Amino acid sequence: MSRVVRLGLFVVAGCGLATVLVIGFTGLPDFGGAHELVGSVTNLTEPTLRHATDVVTALNFDIRAFDTLGEEFILFVSVSGVALLLRHLRDEEEDVDTTPGIEEHRFSGASDGLKLVSLVLIPLILAFGAYLVFHGQLTPGGGFQGGVVLAAGPISILLAGRYLSMKRVAPGRLLEAADSLGAAAYAMVGLGGLIFAGIYLKNFLPLGFSGHLLSSGEMPLNSVAVGLEVSGAFLLTWTEFLDQTMIGPPSGSAGE
Amino acid sequence: MTVLQIIALVLVALGGAAVVLTPEPLRQTMVLGIYGIALTLLFMVFQAPDVALSEIVVTGIGLPLIILAALRKIRQQEDQHRARAGEREEAK
Repeated sequence: MSRVVRLGLFVVAGCGLATVLVIGFTGLPDFGGAHELVGSVTNLTEPTLRHATDVVTALNFDIRAFDTLGEEFILFVSVSGVALLLRHLRDEEEDVDTTPGIEEHRFSGASDGLKLVSLVLIPLILAFGAYLVFHGQLTPGGGFQGGVVLAAGPISILLAGRYLSMKRVAPGRLLEAADSLGAAAYAMVGLGGLIFAGIYLKNFLPLGFSGHLLSSGEMPLNSVAVGLEVSGAFLLTWTEFLDQTMIGPPSGSAGE
Repeated sequence: MTVLQIIALVLVALGGAAVVLTPEPLRQTMVLGIYGIALTLLFMVFQAPDVALSEIVVTGIGLPLIILAALRKIRQQEDQHRARAGEREEAK
């Protein structure tokens, strides 16, 4: 396709998109003027009925807990797909540490300062991630947010230029276990609702005092389950991608 | 709309354009990371701290790491092809 034809297509499509957008946007309420009914109702009911102070988490784990179950398994299935595909491509021994002839391709650029900062950051990142997971129903954050922050901890070891050390801290089997156990645990908590309250994913545990660490019934459990799954899933994806490039037979290191 | 919100919106608009207009993939990844921080600021000033927390990790490390790994793999394969082509030349 020539440049002129492409430009012509873009102009036609762009004009169409602009028209649709203008029509769509003219009907919208003014900025900051939309106080929807659903938002007001959740803001009023969740803190009083469920003793949760973070309404976003309460929405995710209570009002639309079943949707969260679906999202949970979307992540699980996509990460499994990535792992399956990349392992097939790699066609190597899975246990890298003990395979002879495999060595680490180090970053040439990891300076002492970068290593030090990464080392200092690891405990801080992990502590913050754990805080987010455990305070899901109290402060902004929750299972997903805490999970991705937790996954960023081991990645700091990689930034210090030590990929195989990272793999020793977070081996593939452990990540797979965390990913699948977290996904299963969320479904199991929901099953508890079915057994004890008659409705799947119904909040069946005692609600406790608003603002306490163990409050809002099953939300802390859900948060921990999601945190476990998300941290495992993210680290597993990164590991699969990095395995492709960071390690390999010594002769193949032409790209260094 | 507060001043902070306007600043965040302008930063996101400029950042998005910068990501698209950066031609080289390696640089584009870095610009994308910075754009992610602008987006995080946007979510923060629009009172969505939950989204901001996810955003900062996903575009700060998550996405760049995968793109960088893919770019490195492509470069390794190109080098291998070139090395093989060089061997063939020498054999002739």
